[in-house]
Amino acid sequence: MIDLLLQIPAQALALSQAYFGPVWGSHVYTLVKTLILIALIVAPVQGAVAYGTLWERWLIGWMQVRRGPIRVGPYGLLQPVADGIKLLLKEIIVPSGANKFMFLLGPLLAVTPAFAAWAVMPFSPEVVLSDINAGLLYLIAMTSCGVYGVIISGWASNSKYAFLGAMRSAAQIVSYEIAMGFALVSVLLVSHSLNLSDIVAQQGRGMFADKGLNFLSWNWLPLAPMLVVYFVSGVAETNRSPFDVVEGESEIVAGHMVEYSGMAYAQFMLAEYSNMILIAFLTAVMFFGGWASPIDSVVFNGIPTFIWLLIKVFFIFSLYLWFRATFPRYRYDQIMRLGWKVFIPVTLVWLVVIAGWMQTPWSIFN
Amino acid sequence: MAEIRNYTMNLGPQHPAAHGVLRLVLELDGEVIMRADPHIGMLHRATEKLAETKTWLQALPYMDRLDYMSMMANEHAYCLAVERLLGIEVPVRAQYIRVMFDEITRLLNHLLWIGAHGLDLGAMTMFIYAFREREDLFDMYEAVSGARMHAAYYRPGGVYRDLPDSMPRYDVSRHRSARTAGKLNENRLGSMLDFVEDFTNRFPRCVDDYETLLTDNRIWKQRTVGIGVVPPEMALNLGFTGAMLRGSGVEWDLRRKQPYAVYDRLDFDIPVGVNGDCYDRYLVRVEEMRQSNRIIKQCVKWLRENPGPVITDNHKVAPPSRVEMKSNMEELIHHFKLFTEGMHVPEGEAYAAIEHPKGEFGIYVISDGANMPYRMKIRAPGFAHLSSLGYMAKGHMLADAVAIIGTLDIVFGEIDR
Repeated sequence: MIDLLLQIPAQALALSQAYFGPVWGSHVYTLVKTLILIALIVAPVQGAVAYGTLWERWLIGWMQVRRGPIRVGPYGLLQPVADGIKLLLKEIIVPSGANKFMFLLGPLLAVTPAFAAWAVMPFSPEVVLSDINAGLLYLIAMTSCGVYGVIISGWASNSKYAFLGAMRSAAQIVSYEIAMGFALVSVLLVSHSLNLSDIVAQQGRGMFADKGLNFLSWNWLPLAPMLVVYFVSGVAETNRSPFDVVEGESEIVAGHMVEYSGMAYAQFMLAEYSNMILIAFLTAVMFFGGWASPIDSVVFNGIPTFIWLLIKVFFIFSLYLWFRATFPRYRYDQIMRLGWKVFIPVTLVWLVVIAGWMQTPWSIFN
Repeated sequence: MAEIRNYTMNLGPQHPAAHGVLRLVLELDGEVIMRADPHIGMLHRATEKLAETKTWLQALPYMDRLDYMSMMANEHAYCLAVERLLGIEVPVRAQYIRVMFDEITRLLNHLLWIGAHGLDLGAMTMFIYAFREREDLFDMYEAVSGARMHAAYYRPGGVYRDLPDSMPRYDVSRHRSARTAGKLNENRLGSMLDFVEDFTNRFPRCVDDYETLLTDNRIWKQRTVGIGVVPPEMALNLGFTGAMLRGSGVEWDLRRKQPYAVYDRLDFDIPVGVNGDCYDRYLVRVEEMRQSNRIIKQCVKWLRENPGPVITDNHKVAPPSRVEMKSNMEELIHHFKLFTEGMHVPEGEAYAAIEHPKGEFGIYVISDGANMPYRMKIRAPGFAHLSSLGYMAKGHMLADAVAIIGTLDIVFGEIDR
């Protein structure tokens, strides 16, 4: 059965070459294969976003001594579907003073990079849409692009609240990008690679991994300050509480999203949650050994690698929700101070420390 | 070079942080507030004017609707003013009941405040926690008066009726199993006083919970310390009262300085702030919740031991009992006169102020001897507090304006009246 499945690509290639000729056939094959793989990534991500919102409402409900959605379907499991249908059927209202083209372009610019970033994500060994060498660079580039959607939508809405939200977002995302970038530089420094699969593989080596204690060899231990900086920056980058001043519902109501309705609004939500899951994946990949099991034993190795990755991602994602239920919101200038005066110096110093450490005989990153 | 103008922004009247219908016109330089100009009046219901065409008793339920977060405290001020004009004595038990419910009301108000203030600053769990406790307090209101908010429980001369001997209980239904209902009814098996006592025993731990979430939280402190600082002299000049004034370090509490009801027989402390910023006012109000809890405990103890009448037996002011009314000609006439024409209050004027959860809430009435007030003036603490918004918010950032609105603890029912 598996053998038959494995033959499908080769047969499809042969079929395509027979139909389109030897040169064009292989191109057509690559195109179709990529499209199918994209669908295979984007569809589950969208599903994860939908059920991420449900999990968020359940978990926060539990933390807030209430029950969350339990009415639509068994245990409220159909709530995201109902929400989706509701948003689909709603009219997208374009404010009269708004630039219609830009107004509708904004949400698309927000959601496209959020999905595009998934292209280089390794889900398991060998399971990656595009195993490019500069994967990390590509990720940083893609996650930065999301800010354009926010700025354009805030500007095109022709609303003062939206404009303030856009300005805040521009400053915030740009500042945290730097700290986040430096945190990632330290990871690539110790991994000797920008390729995400290599970064995961590198974490499986080391003194502890040789003894079977994989989880002590992962990057989170030697790079602990970077992990904190990276994850907190990630929360700020996705505009989640306590850094959600861009939305800041008690100050600027919903920031750049204030004039949006229906699916246009849903695009922002999709982008936000997709980015959250992406950051959770990245944190797992960069610092928590990706798909590797924490202990090199028969029982743990029996669990598929993909499941390990999902478990790690689930916990990191839930941390986001926990923050949201616990912390008050930062003020805008305090966020900037944290980014520029705390995180960037910390990352810079730690980067030098790591680089120096790697030149000494006690380096553990070989 | 283009002309640079400040950004004028309209915060409200439809705004999640406007606490009702505040319209705040902000002049922003970037995000820094240059000028904050509160516009009021969108909830104006002419309560003062309406009272002039209502009998003295009919005007009372309007008091609930002034500051609709601390209903019975408003009633108390009105009843005190009318009683001062009438010159009648209120039974001691009624005074204890009033004090107990004043403090329950203070908890209601402060819980809403801590929830809304938390929500304004993004700590949304606070809101739900505070509402969990408010539910029990509303149940007390309901048990005693039949209404969860607009109680109309205090009457000139006392309170409408004595505390009930039983609490309403949860029924078993399709959505509530016998086990759940039994658990919910655990503290409802005794009298109302038992229920209140159980609450006072639980409540300090709830306040501890709130404090764990907020008091030492770095973000909470960053958002409140040094925000909206009002020095003591300025606080006096701005007409601050209540927690706003005490947060600035002025020890002024009408319960101590001009004791009314039975506050002079009770043991409680007045918390006072030091710096006069949002954080100090937060600490003052949290401590006030603990002190209110103490007062309620003392009242429960006294009320258990001292049964007695709860409303004056002057039937020109308070209705006679049903039994008397049905068996006695004179009482029937009193009853009829009281509920048609209403009571006549001697000519004169009176001002009665109480330490309302928000500050000094005063009622000034003039009577010309008729069955309705000639003129009534309401002194709402929120009005004075709100008018200081421009002073407090100047130079702070947009997000701080929200923190300052939260710390003012304003309710538009009393400001717009």
